[in-house]
Amino acid sequence: MLLSYREALNQAMREEMRRDPRIFLIGEEVGYYQGAFKVTKGFVEEFGPQRVVDTPITEAGFTGLAIGAAMAGLRPIVELMTMNFGIVALDQIVNNAAKIRYMSGGQLSVPLVIRGPGSAAHQLGAQHSQSLEAWFCHVPGLKVIAPATPHDAKGLLKSAIRDHNPVIFIEAQLLYGTKGEVDEGEYTIPIGQADVKRQGTDVTIVAYSKMLLVALEAAEQLSREDLDVEVIDPRTLKPLDLQTIVTSVRKTGRLVIVEEGWRFCGLGAQIAESIYSAAFDYLDAPIARVTGEDVPIPYSRPLEDAAIPDVPRVVAAVKSMCGAA
Amino acid sequence: MGDMDREDLLSLYRQMLLIRRFEEKSAEMYALAKIAGFLHLYIGEEAIAVGAIAALRQDDYVISAYRDHGHCLARGSDPGKVMAELFGKATGLCQGKGGSMHLVDLPKRFMGGYAIVGGHIPLATGLAFASKYQKQDLVTVCFFGEGAVPSGQAHEAFNLAALWKLPVIFICENNRYGMGTPVQRAVALYENVAEAARSYGIAAERVDGMDVLAVRALMRNVVDQVRAGQGPYFIEAMTYRFMGHSMADPSHGHYRTKDEVEEHRKRDPLVVLKETMLSQAHCSEADFKELEREVGDVVTAAVKFADESPFPDPASLHTDVMVED
Repeated sequence: MLLSYREALNQAMREEMRRDPRIFLIGEEVGYYQGAFKVTKGFVEEFGPQRVVDTPITEAGFTGLAIGAAMAGLRPIVELMTMNFGIVALDQIVNNAAKIRYMSGGQLSVPLVIRGPGSAAHQLGAQHSQSLEAWFCHVPGLKVIAPATPHDAKGLLKSAIRDHNPVIFIEAQLLYGTKGEVDEGEYTIPIGQADVKRQGTDVTIVAYSKMLLVALEAAEQLSREDLDVEVIDPRTLKPLDLQTIVTSVRKTGRLVIVEEGWRFCGLGAQIAESIYSAAFDYLDAPIARVTGEDVPIPYSRPLEDAAIPDVPRVVAAVKSMCGAA
Repeated sequence: MGDMDREDLLSLYRQMLLIRRFEEKSAEMYALAKIAGFLHLYIGEEAIAVGAIAALRQDDYVISAYRDHGHCLARGSDPGKVMAELFGKATGLCQGKGGSMHLVDLPKRFMGGYAIVGGHIPLATGLAFASKYQKQDLVTVCFFGEGAVPSGQAHEAFNLAALWKLPVIFICENNRYGMGTPVQRAVALYENVAEAARSYGIAAERVDGMDVLAVRALMRNVVDQVRAGQGPYFIEAMTYRFMGHSMADPSHGHYRTKDEVEEHRKRDPLVVLKETMLSQAHCSEADFKELEREVGDVVTAAVKFADESPFPDPASLHTDVMVED
């Protein structure tokens, strides 16, 4: 069936909450307001305010509360109105959620999903436009997921909710309204499994979340110039499915990594290092990265556009790599 | 009055003495480099952990900060496993992965020691949230120092606990110094630290934290109220740490005088209880000699166990980072 990304997330949580009474949803405006981006539409009506918990604007407090509840056997879903606000809760995420199992020698666990939109949308300014996935990926003890399609969003959110570890689940405001085919009925997608979104033989593009759409559009344009691009969506950023990327690079010999986040210490740098280690001999050219600029995201439309990867830049990177520029 | 319950008082004294001798031995072991890292001793504050925990049921939750040995031992943890954890041994409570500041004993519902000041207080609200959610009549007791009271996370937790009437008891161990900073230079309302909680509508009471009977008496009332669903409670227990902030800090330093420490030592919680027992509970010096011998044996055995235990297998480095499916 054709569903929006937003509806797919809504279905995933609704199905899981019907299945398991230990699951509750907590965050700002998740209940009576129906979610800041309407992802939790109808939830408080179906599940009641005990399981759909509106909070004050205190991300550290309610994220910490959710971690404590997870330690005591519940399975919280924390909605951050945007991932930017996760910075306010970073002490809880990094010092508690990610470490409690290890520090306790395996006695405690924190089955928890922290989800919300990351990345830029429509001129939201520097504090509401960040792509922080590399921060979370850096921390041992967390899983990080950033799906791009409604189908992947639903299947992966269900897996995240069933996982026994803390999972950071990064959505995107500009994806909420996008539509795609979603399988009917019950399904999950395993965490840590990439998906080849487009088959090709000349060059591999790795892109995730919103940038997957950019990469697919670039691939389409390039196909008109007889460049056959393979596009891989890792979907899960940590643990990363390196094998699928390696397999593709062995075939194409060329890799372009697209990410909206800042270039320096960005996730693409890690993916490149992993590929250099695992598949150096198969590369015909240095790995190229198309990334966000190393600046706070500006408000003004042309400046914002300039700060974020777009189709022409991806096309140019591929062509340059293939000697077709 | 000579009719207080002799066995009851002997038991309280034994627990406090165990903490005292255990901590003294820890300091010795630190000097011998058997224990490393940060080591914060509970000497002088024993009446709070013992008095408060004596009012709890076995299935209630206890959570603490980094000065956590006393709470863990008062909860009934095996002193050998606690000492082994301080030694970094495989037989420690957390298999050597936690250390002094991160003791956890899940079977005893000791949910951990946490070392980011204020960071565990939201976790306590989460434990309490979980018991309320699951309709269990449990209370959660959260220990922290007065140095944590001005922290933002403490205030967020107080607000959430009051807002949702969570069954949590906040116990502020006011030992008058956050490391070397006296309370009057750190907390605006230093003469009445509990105002921080009262301002959120949380009932609060101050107690003499050097008097184990006073602590327990107050706690028994408070636990009944909180268990009955009347919402959170805040206890400010006035105490004094006889030793330095950690082993890196002499018992008195630039920030307090030897005279001040000596003055507070006159109200040593062990002495206070002992005087009561001698005058009102038919106890004699022989009883205390016997307790010293008994506790001395326990501590000696704990050190022996820790010393003879193996260090963790290097292969355990990578276990317990995540829950494996």
